[in-house]
Amino acid sequence: MGRAVPVSDTFFTASPHWEWYIILYLFIGGIAGGCFLLAALLQVFGRPEDRPVARLGYYAALAGAGASGLVLSLDLTRPERFWHMLLQSHSGLPMFKAWSPMSVGVWGLLGFGGFAFLATLAVLEEEGLSWSVLRRGPVRWLARTGPATAIAALGSLFGLFLAGYTGVLLAVTNRPIWADSSFVGLLFLLSAGSTAAACLMLLATWRRRGDIETLETLARFDRRMLLFELIALALFVGSLGPVVQVLAGWWGALLLVGVVGAGIVLPLALEHRGGGPARLARASALVLAGGLLLRTVVILSSNAIHVTGTSVVQ
Amino acid sequence: MPEPMGFYTDTTVCIGCKACEVACKEWNQLPSTGGGRHEMSGDSYDNTRRLDGMHWRHVKFIEQFSEDRSEGRWLMMSDVCKHCVQAGCLEVCPTGAIIRTEFDTVVIQSDTCNGCRLCIAACPFGVIDINPVSHTAEKCTLCYDRLQAGMVPACAQACPTQSIQFGAIKDLKVRAAARVEQLHRLGESRARLYGADEEMLGGLNSFYLLVDEPEVYGLPRAPKLPSRNLFKSSLFSVLGAAIVALAGFVGLRQRRMEERARGEGGAGV
Repeated sequence: MGRAVPVSDTFFTASPHWEWYIILYLFIGGIAGGCFLLAALLQVFGRPEDRPVARLGYYAALAGAGASGLVLSLDLTRPERFWHMLLQSHSGLPMFKAWSPMSVGVWGLLGFGGFAFLATLAVLEEEGLSWSVLRRGPVRWLARTGPATAIAALGSLFGLFLAGYTGVLLAVTNRPIWADSSFVGLLFLLSAGSTAAACLMLLATWRRRGDIETLETLARFDRRMLLFELIALALFVGSLGPVVQVLAGWWGALLLVGVVGAGIVLPLALEHRGGGPARLARASALVLAGGLLLRTVVILSSNAIHVTGTSVVQ
Repeated sequence: MPEPMGFYTDTTVCIGCKACEVACKEWNQLPSTGGGRHEMSGDSYDNTRRLDGMHWRHVKFIEQFSEDRSEGRWLMMSDVCKHCVQAGCLEVCPTGAIIRTEFDTVVIQSDTCNGCRLCIAACPFGVIDINPVSHTAEKCTLCYDRLQAGMVPACAQACPTQSIQFGAIKDLKVRAAARVEQLHRLGESRARLYGADEEMLGGLNSFYLLVDEPEVYGLPRAPKLPSRNLFKSSLFSVLGAAIVALAGFVGLRQRRMEERARGEGGAGV
């Protein structure tokens, strides 16, 4: 006769079918938030030679905010109702729930997009563009030190929020793995730091912007983030308790070989050996692939668990 | 103001006829699976298998057999949304589509839902899913329309053995406690109520009488609200944000110090 098998209460829930759009959002949103922060730091505390890379960071942040809104809307089963997240459909009043990470996150993404837009507008003149809009009073005012610093500071806060709230959102569910650990937000934030630095290094190499010292500063930041990420990954896996059995198969192998091996250890080794931009670019590509794989494993390994009838299927 | 209403399901008298499933589908005009194609589950006499956007009632067949099939036991349980007093789905819904009615039941407004599917992940019982026709999240409404007209929900009305009983929660609890006592007297010592007390999510407005552990019926032993993780997870995320921002700042400051040591000078951190 069958007896009850002791399993986590989270195993009795249903998958929300969040797949590639959401995985892409977690990846792009993290990079966008991290890029804004790095751009702001380079702009406010860096040297004039850092400015071209700082501008790239703001452009990446703006593009990432736009892409995030797009993939999030496409993921809805009724995309034409995306605005129901912002306005109450029956009254037109603002829709906001401070205790729902998704509700707060939508407003956070909107705010981040706004700051990324302002920051981009403020630095565009440095590109030597002849657009008349850039010479108008309000835009010139944005580029002044005071407003530019305020935009950099506030936008960075929104960027950090965007990079981490998604982990909190996953934890505030009842799904296996996501709700079984409180470290997903921490992990996503650190991964956002490393993937954003990698993205900026790749962009700078590709666009031939920024001097070698800027790249080396980003590489050093990237290495620190990767080391912290290793610790956060260990905390995450350790916090899963008995649910860690879910990672015993292919998902665990992907996490170990793909995320830790190819996405953290190998780039660390490549960057440690030093070398020119080409080596940094190779390391950056690996970091980006590892960041995407991390989010893929976190989302899809949980999705694989569901209850059919009275049996838990993995 | 109406009093809280709900279901008390006595699984010991369920015969697995699935009349409740049919009545629910019929009243709520829920579509058939696979366009009406007859599909067998292949591993159970139960071919519906689970609650989802098209099955707001589901009779579980718990088929327990020994290896040589000389021993066997069937448990039946008509499952449905638990209409939790503290509802995880309602808590997280970012559009306000999920509401609590005057009967203390939980209803998803299909015209407001945009299909973000967070409620599916938040429900501790795996009750909600997307309806492929409306493309919105759907589940049992406890026949809100019938309740407003003073009628009994379709499933409870159709149940031939009174396994599904509908009524005021306080009356149902008295009835359920008496039944547990009766079963204990008759020697069924495993009989217990699931979700009748307030400890479980403030109380389930659809609660059950079971004769085995909750997991045997595919129910979580101690279902929790998703918000239990909000503070701790946010705290670690704030820590992560501080690490990222500080690492960036320290890196630039370190570079500045190195430049000064090399005698390059200039403004900066």
